[in-house]
Amino acid sequence: MLLINDLHKNFGGLVVTDGVTLDIGPGELHAVIGPNGAGKTTLINQISGLIAPTAGTINFKGVDITDMPADQRAALGLARSFQVTSVLPGFSALENVALAVQAHAGTSYRFFGRADRDQTINDAANAALAEVGLAERGQIAAAHLSHGEKRALELAIALAMGPKLLLLDEPMAGTGREESKRLIDMLRRLKGRFAMLLVEHDMNAVFALADRISVLTYGRILASGAPDAVRANPQVVAAYLGEEME
Amino acid sequence: MNHTTAAASSATPDRQANRVEALPAAIFLVLALIPAAALIGPESYVLGLFTRVMIFAIAALALDFICGYGGLVSFGHAAFVGIGAYAVGILGAHGITDMLVTLPTALFVSGIFAYLTGTVCLRTKSVYFIMITLAFGQMAYFIAGSLALYGGDDGLTVRLRSTLFGFQVLQNDRALYYVVLLSLLGSYLLCRSVVYSRFGRVFRGARENSMRMATIGFDVFRYQRVGYVISGAIGGFSGFLLANATEFVSPAYMSWQRSGELIIMVLLGGLGTLHGAIIGTAAYLLIEEVLGGFTEQWKLIFGPLLVIVVLFARGGLLGLAGSIRGRLSRE
Repeated sequence: MLLINDLHKNFGGLVVTDGVTLDIGPGELHAVIGPNGAGKTTLINQISGLIAPTAGTINFKGVDITDMPADQRAALGLARSFQVTSVLPGFSALENVALAVQAHAGTSYRFFGRADRDQTINDAANAALAEVGLAERGQIAAAHLSHGEKRALELAIALAMGPKLLLLDEPMAGTGREESKRLIDMLRRLKGRFAMLLVEHDMNAVFALADRISVLTYGRILASGAPDAVRANPQVVAAYLGEEME
Repeated sequence: MNHTTAAASSATPDRQANRVEALPAAIFLVLALIPAAALIGPESYVLGLFTRVMIFAIAALALDFICGYGGLVSFGHAAFVGIGAYAVGILGAHGITDMLVTLPTALFVSGIFAYLTGTVCLRTKSVYFIMITLAFGQMAYFIAGSLALYGGDDGLTVRLRSTLFGFQVLQNDRALYYVVLLSLLGSYLLCRSVVYSRFGRVFRGARENSMRMATIGFDVFRYQRVGYVISGAIGGFSGFLLANATEFVSPAYMSWQRSGELIIMVLLGGLGTLHGAIIGTAAYLLIEEVLGGFTEQWKLIFGPLLVIVVLFARGGLLGLAGSIRGRLSRE
């Protein structure tokens, strides 16, 4: 599904991604963990097309997408959520999701007829909202949703895109215990429908969900494998898990 | 832009559309009745004044569309008006006056100008966008001034208003008034339709968060360019009418002061409302007319007035009316 080969990214003299090779199979949930500043978000930004890598290739569904603009990658089925909530604040929750539906259903070069009365789009958008537990909140402006609801909205937008691969950049960031539990349940339900790359600090979430885990430190993959193997890896424990697991 | 008002205005387009429906209807009703009312006063003066108001209102609508909904502050919009006007003037100088030729030419050339300049401008953001649109506007201004064959800086006279199949349908000022009124109505309905269409949703979304739009799968640049072309062509349309109304075309139509006035008109009425652009234009030109009657230095009075509106009525005159109404209903 996704093949990343020897990816490098330098910001000036700063090496942020240093030869990352990674693959994700169909339906697999691959978690990437690592300390702050390890380059996790930069990695996701390169996969989704917001940052161009310095060297290396990214291959998605057999297509080399290394130099493809973000919108075309999204059209191929690459969806993402952001670590810092990124929604359209002035739009209602429903409209946020409806845009994602619209992006993948017919043309958006239509200048007549009210988009908000398009029942097919609204139905699909409402379904995505219901899936993340926001069915009742569709009419609320995204700016007025609670933090946890915004996180859920991010997910609904990604779902509405009909993704083949979902890139999740710390979906639990800043959520309370209850909310993160709900998000974990939600992701567990979604697991298998499409492949996911999960970047997350919440180790409960990672070990509950991941099929495979890669540990990223200083832009390099330190270890990669099944959750139990990673947990037992002494290098990983020393570099990262030691402090986190206590 | 105030965050909560932005949220409130686009979050519930449905409710908003229904709530304000009465006001646009009232605006057009008043405009339709003005010729009758003008009979008791100085008819040609009143007709001329309001024809001018409506023509500039079309240009202001075009600006409100990209500025208020697309978040693209164009400081060169007078160029489109001028290009539309010059299409009429230049073709007229060669004896071509039929609007079946002049109107499509005006729309096409201003649209092309928007496409070409938009391709460059839309690569930039915020203040750079403002500066580069200003630069292109000035370019158009100086090019028009250098057209020695067509009057150069002095401009040129339109000897015959646009005709239709050889008939001089616009020769009568009253007929012209109604044509302009219908044009304004058409432009307003078009902008409205586009704003709430699928395209408009993408266009508005790009203002809110263009990075999000890209990762959802929209090529934001291309959508914005289409919006820019729509806006430019509507600007050209208003220029076509302006040349017919004034029977004169000059580079002054394209000056940066004119572009600035258009921005003031839109802000004065209320950004991102469409009918606010009409109200703002009427307010601006009528204030100019009234104050200008007292003193040559009318801008000395108008300036502070504008400052007050911007300071105390963020949503322009429409916003002011809304907050007054809100306060009254609470008491």
